[in-house]
Amino acid sequence: MKFGVVVFPGSNCDHDCYYALSQVVGVETTLLWHQERDLKNCDAVVLPGGFSYGDYLRTGAIARFSPIMDSIRQFAQAGGLVLGICNGFQILLESGLLPGALLPNRSGHFICRFVYLRVENNRTPFTSLFQLGEVLKIPIAHNQGNFFASSTDIRSFLDNRQVVFRYCDSRGEVTEVSNPNGSLESIAGLTNCEGNVMGMMPHPERSAEEILGSTDGKKVFQSIVKWWEEKEIARK
Amino acid sequence: MPENNRKIALELGLQEEEYQKILTILGRTPTPTEIAMFSVEWSEHCGYPHSRKWFELFPREGNFAALVGEDAGGIVYQGTAIVFKMESHNHPSQVEPRQGAATGIGGIIRDILGSGARPIACLDSLHFGSLDDRRSRYLLKGVVDGIAFYGNCVGVPTVAGELCFHPSFQGNCLVNVMCLGVAPREALAPARAQGEGNLILYVGNKTGRDGIGGCSVLASQEFGEGEEKRPSVQIGDPFTEKCLIEATLEALESGYVLGIKDMGAAGLTCSSSEMAASGECGVEIDLNRVPVREENMEAWEIMMSESQERMLLCVDKEHEQQVIDIFHKWGLEAATIGRVITQDKVVIKQRGEVVAQIPAQALTQPPVYDPPQIKPAYLDEVNDARWRKIFPPSDWGEVLTKMVSSPNLSSRRWVYEQYDHMVQTNTVVLPGSGTVILRIKDEKWGIGVTSDCNPVYCYLDPYRGTQIAVAEAARNLASVGARPAGITDCLNFGNPQKPDRYWQFVQAIKGLAEAARFFGLPVVSGNVSFYNESPQGAVHPTPTIGMVGIIEDVNRAISSSFTQEGSWVILLGDTKEELGGSEYLQLMFGLEVGPPPEVNLETERKLQNLLLDLVSRGLLLSSLDLSEGGLALALVEGCVTGEQAMGVKVELESLGSMREDALLFGESCGRALVSVSPACLAQVQSICEKYEIPARVLGKTGGDKLVVEKSSRVLISTKVDKIARLWTDALSSLL
Repeated sequence: MKFGVVVFPGSNCDHDCYYALSQVVGVETTLLWHQERDLKNCDAVVLPGGFSYGDYLRTGAIARFSPIMDSIRQFAQAGGLVLGICNGFQILLESGLLPGALLPNRSGHFICRFVYLRVENNRTPFTSLFQLGEVLKIPIAHNQGNFFASSTDIRSFLDNRQVVFRYCDSRGEVTEVSNPNGSLESIAGLTNCEGNVMGMMPHPERSAEEILGSTDGKKVFQSIVKWWEEKEIARK
Repeated sequence: MPENNRKIALELGLQEEEYQKILTILGRTPTPTEIAMFSVEWSEHCGYPHSRKWFELFPREGNFAALVGEDAGGIVYQGTAIVFKMESHNHPSQVEPRQGAATGIGGIIRDILGSGARPIACLDSLHFGSLDDRRSRYLLKGVVDGIAFYGNCVGVPTVAGELCFHPSFQGNCLVNVMCLGVAPREALAPARAQGEGNLILYVGNKTGRDGIGGCSVLASQEFGEGEEKRPSVQIGDPFTEKCLIEATLEALESGYVLGIKDMGAAGLTCSSSEMAASGECGVEIDLNRVPVREENMEAWEIMMSESQERMLLCVDKEHEQQVIDIFHKWGLEAATIGRVITQDKVVIKQRGEVVAQIPAQALTQPPVYDPPQIKPAYLDEVNDARWRKIFPPSDWGEVLTKMVSSPNLSSRRWVYEQYDHMVQTNTVVLPGSGTVILRIKDEKWGIGVTSDCNPVYCYLDPYRGTQIAVAEAARNLASVGARPAGITDCLNFGNPQKPDRYWQFVQAIKGLAEAARFFGLPVVSGNVSFYNESPQGAVHPTPTIGMVGIIEDVNRAISSSFTQEGSWVILLGDTKEELGGSEYLQLMFGLEVGPPPEVNLETERKLQNLLLDLVSRGLLLSSLDLSEGGLALALVEGCVTGEQAMGVKVELESLGSMREDALLFGESCGRALVSVSPACLAQVQSICEKYEIPARVLGKTGGDKLVVEKSSRVLISTKVDKIARLWTDALSSLL
């Protein structure tokens, strides 16, 4: 299996994702320059965190026009696996690959800290190694992670089990206090209807090693590998 | 005409005698552009005329291989260069806090980038006036917002620092920023031009009319009343800087870049003349080729502009296009603006005419001053140990509550959570739980970083106060297992032309030099910031010490938090009856009197070695050096900084008989609080004996209360979750 990590100007978690995938998970990984259209036969694409184009306009609003995004849209429509982390999530929203919007945090500040997430759906390519309801420790670092959508949309996300992660406390309770940014329904991660595109605000690449305080993030990447390998075996 | 030029020189901050010296160097009347160039290059901020002569006191080598010089300051460990430097952005931040602080971060990152190293972490040491003053709160919020805005976007984690409030900073805040970077030793790039005919390449942002006179007009003069200096503040663009980092490192890797320097203070003047001077050659620059933001910029404006996110490169003439292509790929300007010449001169042309022609060596060697020093009169008055006559309060629990929720002692979480302190995934001990440790990917070893200074100690005794800052920074590092390796400094003082201020400065230099030498620590880089004065007077002397240490096995790194119920809590080092300069006196009695605590460098060194030994053997569960707030605050930090708050019960009788406030809140140097599992206690005690450091077992962790007793009498008994809440939320609730 081969991963591609997209490099937009202003991406700053690209190297971190590359390291977590290639060195920690141990899967073949390549960097994809935003000006290119060739996905180099990648089986999964990661849009990393950072500040693409400085986020001087709305977050992700310029990156979605990068040539590589055309290829990623086609790739996703064909069922390809796409994971957007933080700024990557914001870019997926701007590209229309995921529904909803991310507003400025309720506190008005950037927040960098470890948070807890509850796994709401473990039947996605991104969570296949988790138990339903499992509590994960993964950090966030963002200015705009306050997930918003119309109440009808939110209802349908919940009904379709598109909500994959919700912010919670260390015991797995979803409370007002455990919601760091004001996201509706404490949504921290969301897939599209088909389930092959996921966006998440927390950073799995920052919690992929014991020395960084948690290995829960590594299992997000490993889930993708497992899901893909099983599909390959079935296909053969 | 000559008389008019003289007037321009004086307006730009040059002294009469300096103008005369320029006449001698050139043998003619300088052009306006030349005056502008001299004024910035010889300014206090760039040329250090009032401080340079003292730098020779600083040690240049130490326990680890050191890099000290013009190009990069740092240390070398196992073939990796760790380059670090601290700089001030005080005046810009006082005038425009958000952009002032943001461009401080941008500037120090480019400084490190200019050495060829990848910037891996920033620190910020911030000092403001009292928090109950509206303007101080405005400045604090703006500065933190600016650092977050720039640092988070540029992808360099801001991992550590200090935050201190004191009325002396009311009209002149201090914003000191530090950056460190790493590179293979052989990949470091020189800051010089070389090889006749090689090209001078300008890369990064365009040049505009922003930041003109930033270093001379803004940074090298006192604040007066009601002046408008905002136009001298630069505007930061972290997105361009992020691209500049990646493009520059890529260009350096190509091998076609022969020299590089950031365009920071004094912009193109400083970078071009210093690259020429250190390459013992000259440069010829055509200003019409400089990418500019607006039409019709005058030569002196281009030469003085401090527009951000620019670098100057000396490029192999055969490979110009390859280097330019790299910058274009990242969407950046890249223009060949000149070439290297053999003569010792900086030649500036505009519209086909020579507008400046100055010997590079003379331009980069500003005059050196040694103004008079007088010991300030206040010193005897404030060091009378008047605190001994104070009647201590009766309720220590109440005092503790007040201390943990005070602006200076409470948690700094409100600040560091606004900074991305994890990007690059190297931060293995996070801010908020002791000294920050960074790993180096694929290496066993790691780096500890810290910054330290107590301005009140330095006000009461600048010599001792500075030694304490060095000792405490080193203790900080040693307590988590990082061997102190090198120092950078940022020396913030008042007007050097006032003899009492200058005396403070010289005392601090001497204290720093002696302590650094004693501990085997080279001073690898640094910055002096004078003129930190407002109409209310000078700031307290603040020689901020930035220190880097090496931890041999990063997996051994520990934090300050109690981690195991039932572990023994041990105080290392002696507690003396010392309250001078303490937070306790200031907060409870509004008293700022000395003398500050004694510091014994020999004992400090023993304690450092002991801590390093204990951590490397994996014998400690937690470790924290004692500083402001003394033992009581160290116990609080042990209890509340972990993932789960944990109680502790201690008995202080073994510390000897003295005032209870000194026992609890005294700030004696040379101490650390560690916790040890019962199985390791005997071994730890025998190792402490070997190092001749007293180790007193105070009690055990566990339960949900912080209990402090003396001779079985309860001094403090309080729920830890209550203390945790107070401590964590204090700062944000005070804003």
